[in-house]
Amino acid sequence: MQQEKRIKNESQSSALSQWLKKNFQYVPPAFITLILLVGQFTFGMLENFTSLVAAIVTSVLAEIILARVVLGTRKNLASAYITGISVGILIRSNMVWPYIATSLLSILSKYVFRYKDRHIWNPSNFGISWMLALYSVNVAGLSIQWGSNLLAVSVIWGLGLIIVNRAKRLHVTVTYVLSFIILAYVRCLITGDAFLAELSPLTGPMYQLFIFFMITDPPTSVSTKKGRIIVAILVAVTEFILRLNDLIYAPFFALFLVGPVAKYFDLKRNAATIPTLKKTERIPA
Amino acid sequence: MSTSKKYPKIIVTAIFFALLLFTFFASRDHSFRTHMRSSSDQKAAAQKTFGFYLEPVNEAAKILFRHTAPEVDPKLRHIKMQIASMGAAVSICDFDNDGWNDIYFTNSAPESKNALYHNLHNGEFEDVAGRMQLADVNTKDAGVSMGAVWCDYDNDGFKDMLLYKWGKPELFKNVGGEKFERVTEGSGLPSWVNANSAIWFDFNNDGLTDIFIGGYYNEAFHLDSLNTTKIMPESFRYANNGGRNFLLKNTGNGKFEDVTTRYGLTSTKWTLAAAAADFTGDGYPELYIANDYNVDEFYVNKKGEKFEEKGREAGIGHIPKSGMNASLGDIVNEGKIGVYTTNITEKGVLIQGNNYWQPRTEQSSAQPSFVNLAGISGIENAGWSYGAQFADLNNDGYMDLYVANGFISAKQNTSYWYDYSKVTGGNSAIIGDAKNWPDMEGKSQSGYEQDKIWLNNPDGLFEDVSGKVCPPATYDGRAVAIADLWNRGVLDVIVANQNNIPTVYKNNSENGNHWIAFDLQGTVSNADAIGARVEVEWDGKKQAQVVTGGMGFSSQNQHRLQFGIGKSNEIDQVTIYWPSGRVDKIRNPEINKLHVIKETTKTNK
Repeated sequence: MQQEKRIKNESQSSALSQWLKKNFQYVPPAFITLILLVGQFTFGMLENFTSLVAAIVTSVLAEIILARVVLGTRKNLASAYITGISVGILIRSNMVWPYIATSLLSILSKYVFRYKDRHIWNPSNFGISWMLALYSVNVAGLSIQWGSNLLAVSVIWGLGLIIVNRAKRLHVTVTYVLSFIILAYVRCLITGDAFLAELSPLTGPMYQLFIFFMITDPPTSVSTKKGRIIVAILVAVTEFILRLNDLIYAPFFALFLVGPVAKYFDLKRNAATIPTLKKTERIPA
Repeated sequence: MSTSKKYPKIIVTAIFFALLLFTFFASRDHSFRTHMRSSSDQKAAAQKTFGFYLEPVNEAAKILFRHTAPEVDPKLRHIKMQIASMGAAVSICDFDNDGWNDIYFTNSAPESKNALYHNLHNGEFEDVAGRMQLADVNTKDAGVSMGAVWCDYDNDGFKDMLLYKWGKPELFKNVGGEKFERVTEGSGLPSWVNANSAIWFDFNNDGLTDIFIGGYYNEAFHLDSLNTTKIMPESFRYANNGGRNFLLKNTGNGKFEDVTTRYGLTSTKWTLAAAAADFTGDGYPELYIANDYNVDEFYVNKKGEKFEEKGREAGIGHIPKSGMNASLGDIVNEGKIGVYTTNITEKGVLIQGNNYWQPRTEQSSAQPSFVNLAGISGIENAGWSYGAQFADLNNDGYMDLYVANGFISAKQNTSYWYDYSKVTGGNSAIIGDAKNWPDMEGKSQSGYEQDKIWLNNPDGLFEDVSGKVCPPATYDGRAVAIADLWNRGVLDVIVANQNNIPTVYKNNSENGNHWIAFDLQGTVSNADAIGARVEVEWDGKKQAQVVTGGMGFSSQNQHRLQFGIGKSNEIDQVTIYWPSGRVDKIRNPEINKLHVIKETTKTNK
């Protein structure tokens, strides 16, 4: 009886595993939607839904049109959805146009900056970095935190780690987080500020989106595990330098600077044999 | 590349770069640190174009007061400028009933002196705070001043004063306009509140004005002598670990009863401002509370027997910002009084925007609902704003807006924003402990910002005239008060600046516009008629104002209500809704005149 039960459980587990493997492309969009919902219903992280919808709709429509017009193909829209929702969460503005512009710039960058027929910038990283670098009265970055609710943070970290592990990008997240912690300690020695002050940004939602969705993005990360670890360290080091120069949005800018260069050299090195990522490995962003 | 693929690629690339350019230029249009030059032409140009010019007259008026900041515990020395960033307050009161407005400024360093500037009717003022026993009120043991509000709480015809502090609130009784007696002991006021706001209002309409005091830091802390550094907000947006609020019911004979819990005002958010007015039409005042680090609150008054917090239902309690002001004003001349709250806007860092909450429901609705019109009215982004007041500065019939700006002006071309963002974006265990906050090292934060002056135009849009109607005003402005200081029928502006001299603006108005003013005296209602609503109808317009016992940030305007009516020569009707429920109507009152109106004992139609 017990054996039957165990076999049944194993069978169910295997079926779930198969289903997840087959449909993994939908897991990251579902996860980022979960982050949004947790953030919204526990803290009201969105100031309004109009801006979020504008960002997502712009992103998805732009992807449909540009894929057809430029590449002559149809693309899975999960990537565009994540780009739109990332913009909707990470950008703050009292107006709607910055959300539309950021989404549009993000998707357009995929079709403009290409090398060996691959885009080299993480789309949302490009759009968000550009808008934040303008230092505008109309646009700021996400500045909130998860209040004092450790449960919400734990759920998001737990699920996030499971998903990046599933996507075979756990080493990227772990490398970056460890690098950040070590460099936060170095920074506190340099600046004289408390270690917790330097560590503090890591506890906010901006970083959770960054480490689970941007820095792990397969289409714009390099092809080897060793290479990805090196890139993660380079991003953390660049961010370290930018932080010492008081740049609030240092992680976005660091990935903006390091990511495309790394991708360019990776594609160049592998020009003869560009590895095709398995569909199930992709976390589109 | 084939031609069929080449052209779409070129077009897409062109669109992409056009969008980059558009976003670049769309982001270049705003600065809160306008560097302007005062010129002799500026005054004439402002008077010609806008009908008024605000001229600082501190020296001519002999107002030589300077604010000094409070002391903090050495454990907070690294962020002293953050902690000791408030205390410059101003309130207007005619304390001796001579018909001329006087000015009271608070000071905040221990042993510093507050100032009561008596109006000498000749353009000059004399500091009589020492003689009136209202100067030496800042001590280490009893706390230091954060603001004062005036009200005739004992209905004897003279306005008394409530002084709120980071310390023990104090009550001073006005003895015939000749001196003040400290009557705190036995009055029922709390022993210690770290308060930055208080107002008088008669929440149960019993003819005795009551007190609301808003707590900021938890009242367990004496900020100049701490045994912990865990005093900071637990969150930048969801903090509930501030000081408690106090609702003190006036029971007569100089006694006040703490009814906070019984009336349901148990919130411990970080309160910075409050304003009261009747938004439900039942005659009882609602209470709007602006909170830092969390959402604002809106308390509906249930017939004077309890309050119910209905912020979310009213639409104002959804988005947490940094509420620092609550002032009332009717900006569209439809008889709808809205609430203006100030927050923080720092380019590229934090875009909260100020709010103007206009009622969208009829005044008779039991559950008011508000819509934020700040964005479409053009009064949203001011900078790091504190106090704000509506006033018709050119008497054209539309209420204009003065907003005090600027947080910490220290070393030029430095910014603490990066350091600030590190801790404020983090977990509560980090942000809540002052020892984790980076050393300010003399850096500025949203410093040297220009105060905003917005002119309300008939098309419903406000025009930014900050650089045009006064010399540069880049002090760290805190409290703003509006008063006709020289009885000329124009409204002057007084701004209390942190760690600095105040700015006393004389309004040089040359426009030929008309006005009318009312000084209400309650007989059945409380003597100051606090809560009374006046509606003036002229030329198809209807503007409403309400008598308050303090509003804005740490401030109180003149008691009288003034309405500009532009070029109109006639007012159709004035309606006065007294707190007692009585209604007085005055048809075709004389214009360009202050009307002193005593509440009638029966309704006058």
